[in-house]
Amino acid sequence: MKIAVCVKQVPEGNSRIDPGTKRLDRSGAGALNGFDANAVEEALRLRDATGEGEVVLVSLGPAKAQDVLRKTLAMGADRAVHVSDETAGGSDLVATSYALAKALEREGADLILFGQQAADSDGAVLWAAVADRLRLPVVSQAAELTHAGGKLTIKRQTEFGYDLIEAPLPAVVAVSDAINEPRYPSLKGIMGAKSKPQETLSLAELEIEPERAGEPGSRTEVYALSDPPARADSRKIDDDGNAAQAILDFLAEKRLV
Amino acid sequence: MSMLVFLEHHGDELLKGSLGVLSKAVALGSADVAGVVMGFGVRPLAEQAAKCGAVKVYVADDARLEAPLPQPRVDVLARLIREKGIETVLFGNSVLAADVAAGLAARLEAGLNWDLADLVRQDDRFVGKRPALQDSVHVDVGWKSEPRIALFRSGSFDPVETGGSADTEDVTVALEDFSTSARMVDQAHEEGEGPSIEDAAVIVAGGRGLGGPENFTLVEELAKALGGAVGATRAVVDAGWYPYSTQVGQTGKTVSPKLYIACGISGAIQHKVGMQSSGVIVAINKDPNAPIFEFSDLGVVGDVHEVVPKLTELVKARKGS
Repeated sequence: MKIAVCVKQVPEGNSRIDPGTKRLDRSGAGALNGFDANAVEEALRLRDATGEGEVVLVSLGPAKAQDVLRKTLAMGADRAVHVSDETAGGSDLVATSYALAKALEREGADLILFGQQAADSDGAVLWAAVADRLRLPVVSQAAELTHAGGKLTIKRQTEFGYDLIEAPLPAVVAVSDAINEPRYPSLKGIMGAKSKPQETLSLAELEIEPERAGEPGSRTEVYALSDPPARADSRKIDDDGNAAQAILDFLAEKRLV
Repeated sequence: MSMLVFLEHHGDELLKGSLGVLSKAVALGSADVAGVVMGFGVRPLAEQAAKCGAVKVYVADDARLEAPLPQPRVDVLARLIREKGIETVLFGNSVLAADVAAGLAARLEAGLNWDLADLVRQDDRFVGKRPALQDSVHVDVGWKSEPRIALFRSGSFDPVETGGSADTEDVTVALEDFSTSARMVDQAHEEGEGPSIEDAAVIVAGGRGLGGPENFTLVEELAKALGGAVGATRAVVDAGWYPYSTQVGQTGKTVSPKLYIACGISGAIQHKVGMQSSGVIVAINKDPNAPIFEFSDLGVVGDVHEVVPKLTELVKARKGS
């Protein structure tokens, strides 16, 4: 089975938005979006369970996402495809899903995996948009994933509990961070990653028209940034034995009991 | 200014989150607010939407829509939006709603802004209010074209019952092949008692400061006395003390009840983002330097094992009186 895992480079540590461009500041060090590690881990498990197949990392991002891809290859993926193009900066969901779908179309994987959200944008939407463009079934919040006879069985976690869903391959699945414990790269893995194939593609190579990428290809925009409001009159007390009564009085004052 | 609200249901009820978004749409002053219900045997749900101000309810009633799967819903919505020329489509966040909204954005090449806490009209355009980067910055976002798609944070708006009636209109259900290839084998059943965590007006949550899973009974008893639901932090869910479905935070549920009582919770960013828009936050923690106190309305530096059971008794006594 050929598995494509979509991974994202996010800023390491605390992120900030550049007030000038109103875009996320990506100038500092980058790291793998932590949620994507669960998707990579699941792909490796599926591959290793049968001992055959291939795990391909697919990423859209600035040039330095190369480093993150190399580190992720060290976990055990076989190769990486990096779509990198200056004109792709500032892409929203419509533009990003279009570019990613083009890259994935070229791979023709049996299974496309995503992590459950992007830690920088808090987006939890990309897989469903990509699946619609590829005209493939999609299941998100997979807490368990099994594969047998060309078919996936997915335990999906929702607000109401666990659903059991079947989907034929090829399919798109977003895994939750409860699905597994991602491995750390071994020393052998880190050494081996350097010689694994890493391909970089421009938008033109994917036949993506410039007007469908970046800000021109986006349908949303950012108008303004501001500081969040502070919380008004907060109180703090030490428990002298009467704290429970103080809480009750407070709740009564707020008409909450 | 046509607006359509995605009305999600579970069992025989429209979700409170969906109805809250519907009330928001009405409050924006549109005279033309419609809802859409999709499922099997869902016709009676239209009445609930009318109570919250929908003047029109589109009904897609079809056995193929019975399971809460996103892709058939994208097919129905895309056709409806195109046919009616709907300009703005609003969703309250859920696992299902996010997948539907995103699939729809791709299908219609429409802008989707997510994680919105509010939507306003400014200078004749819609502006979405989005707290971002762990709520350290507020971002005003907009749309460059129609239809606009907005996905709101859970619990951003309370439903307001205004009464009234709605016209219902059946909509065509024509589905793509790929949309029906995922199949529900076993749908989640109702979970235990008490309100579900995202719809609860009161949440009492426990963290590692409880000391062990057996002490969750303290939290459960206080929640029961207040008629609320129980929440948990990532740390205690990871440790297996409490089920994941109760997890509040970045990788769990985002909640905004009227009252949130945090028991033995330090207030790590992972947890904060899931509950900081709660109406009133009360925190009980023995560490005076716990970050939770920075965003609590009332902070109590004390031992949860002493304060919580006492509070439960006081609440019971007050309600009994």
